[in-house]
Amino acid sequence: MTAPPTDIETPAPPPSQVLLSNGKGSTRRGDKVFSGLSKGSGITLLLIMAAIAAFLAYRASIALADNEGNFLTTFEWDANSIPPKFGIAVLAFGTVVSSIVAMVIAVPIAVGIALFITHYAPRRLAAPIAYVIDLLAAVPSIVYGLWGALFLVPHLVGTYEWLDRYLGWTVVLSFDGTAPRSLMTAGILLAVMILPIITNVSREVFAQTPRLQEEAALALGATRWEVIRMTVLPFGRSGVISASMLGLGRALGETMAVATVLSPSALLSAEILQAGGGTFAQNIAASFGESGQFGRDALIASGLVLFVITLLVNGAARLIIARRKEYSGANA
Amino acid sequence: MKSQSKIRFRTAAGILALSSALVLSACGSDDNSDSGDDNAKGGDKSSAAAGGDIKCGGGGELLASGASSQDNAVQQWVADYQAACSDVTVNYKPVGSGAGIEEFLNGQTAFAGSDSALEPEEVEKSKEVCSGGQGINLPMVGGPVAIAYHVEGVDELVLDAETLANVFNGEIGKWNDEAIAKLNPDAELPDTKIQPVHRSDESGTTENFTAYLNTVVKDAWPHEADKKWPIEGGQAATGSAGVSSQVKQTDGAISYMEISHAESNDLTTVKLDTGAAEPVEATVENASAAIAAGKRVGEAPDMALELDYATKVDGAYPITLVTYEVACDKGNKPESLDAVKSFLGYTASEAGQQSIVDVGYAPLPAEMAAEVVKTVDSLS
Repeated sequence: MTAPPTDIETPAPPPSQVLLSNGKGSTRRGDKVFSGLSKGSGITLLLIMAAIAAFLAYRASIALADNEGNFLTTFEWDANSIPPKFGIAVLAFGTVVSSIVAMVIAVPIAVGIALFITHYAPRRLAAPIAYVIDLLAAVPSIVYGLWGALFLVPHLVGTYEWLDRYLGWTVVLSFDGTAPRSLMTAGILLAVMILPIITNVSREVFAQTPRLQEEAALALGATRWEVIRMTVLPFGRSGVISASMLGLGRALGETMAVATVLSPSALLSAEILQAGGGTFAQNIAASFGESGQFGRDALIASGLVLFVITLLVNGAARLIIARRKEYSGANA
Repeated sequence: MKSQSKIRFRTAAGILALSSALVLSACGSDDNSDSGDDNAKGGDKSSAAAGGDIKCGGGGELLASGASSQDNAVQQWVADYQAACSDVTVNYKPVGSGAGIEEFLNGQTAFAGSDSALEPEEVEKSKEVCSGGQGINLPMVGGPVAIAYHVEGVDELVLDAETLANVFNGEIGKWNDEAIAKLNPDAELPDTKIQPVHRSDESGTTENFTAYLNTVVKDAWPHEADKKWPIEGGQAATGSAGVSSQVKQTDGAISYMEISHAESNDLTTVKLDTGAAEPVEATVENASAAIAAGKRVGEAPDMALELDYATKVDGAYPITLVTYEVACDKGNKPESLDAVKSFLGYTASEAGQQSIVDVGYAPLPAEMAAEVVKTVDSLS
């Protein structure tokens, strides 16, 4: 799941290109076999991705051809009725909103934990905390879902009522006291689920901050916070961004936990504390069992959209990291 | 090295403790696994008693699929049947009525289970797969759709169709509403918000419940019967297991579900004021009475039924689901014909019908069951 936390101290050694740089000269059999194998792995990965994309696109096109609604703007998902009418408006909205909520909550906390572990906590405390975080990553998502549905939902009522009292006028945070199986609750649950991956990657990056830079800042009379602000955070920024994108990828695609917590509906509502909404993965999980052939093709079409969104998110992350590469050795 | 392996061990132990605690707490409130155990026990008992009733026939694998609402009953029958006839392996997949009929019409299965009788166009299409015949509906399992609720301090509740419609369409918002109080003069109704929960997936249970409301109180419930819940918004959950656990944990919640799910979650159910002398409870016996009061609309050998939702017969619970097995009257596949006749013959028999009472289904009235046995016998 995550890299063992013991290699915090040692930054990855630079690839030993010097030895092999003469390329043609070294033609031992082992070299050939290994380069063939690794090339094969690379190509296989591309083939698998292409096959998934082709399969999704083919099945999706069957469903989209017969769709009576507008695939992008229709709210309902009536893929099994005759004529079929379905659209992804509610699903796209729910997926994005719940993921944003998760990111807003998880990223600051994860960065805080990572900084605490690497720069504040005494060694004795740092290791146990790191293991607890790893534990969170080991819990299956259905268990998170059950915890969310049985514990989180009833216990969030009070918090939401408080939010409604002071911020209800914003509409976004209004709440009427019914069981909050909402996008907000799903987002909070997702935040807990993506916490470990963001924390772990950030921690690895922060730990690689060049010792000399930190000591230089200290020598200039910087306080601990100033050291972090001046050396650790700029150095780790691109790492934190890529960590967040990994977390976002998980939040976008999370299925069982969201399906267990959310009360699905075909309403697109800005009141994110109120029960209702849906996400791509949740809708696929909930509708697949009772779908006919056509209904499944329609679900696959929605899966294709999620696939594209995830690709875009990853692409955006790559761009950001590439632009900031000079600051960091972590992603070289 | 040593300390690292120790830590790994600790991590593993921690995971184990944490996840088992979560799983245990989850089981505490959702006890459906229990009914599975009951299945197995019941199966042993009744197969021992019914051993003589099962006429084995055919061999190999008997494939069927369809409604998930009758899944527990079919699994019970399969357990009984296989104990007596080891030559046949019955495989019923609860894929839903729509998908089940589709698979039957494509010739993938020997029979289908369905919450509703075949539509005319489906009958037309069945002539392709049934050479020389057509698909017919055999009523096989009944079951009451219970209205389960969770209101602290209210152990008994009577509602009529109109109040029920107004509760589910949001017209009535609080449990101490006048309309409810009038039907329950003795109950101490709290000022709690009513939270109706509906099925988010398409379901024969939803279709049955909305058909009842639409037939009996059209003014309060103008929405046509549909597998998909007609009103936007509100609380929703997937599957009977989902809605029942939702009702279980939410004070003020009310929903509709098969009786077995209400029982396995220890939920109290509403008594319906149908206009009969006494309000009718959702029980297996009362559902059988409602089936007996229904009339046959299918032409022989088809046995499609129409239930009278507005029935005022004493002790007849009107929100009752009848599920069918769909097979060909003539032109069944020769390799599975004997097994189909043998298996469905058992399910419609007296022993077969009695064996499913324990798992929350209503047996067919004796006359109707006898008729089904006769029809199954005549399949070719």
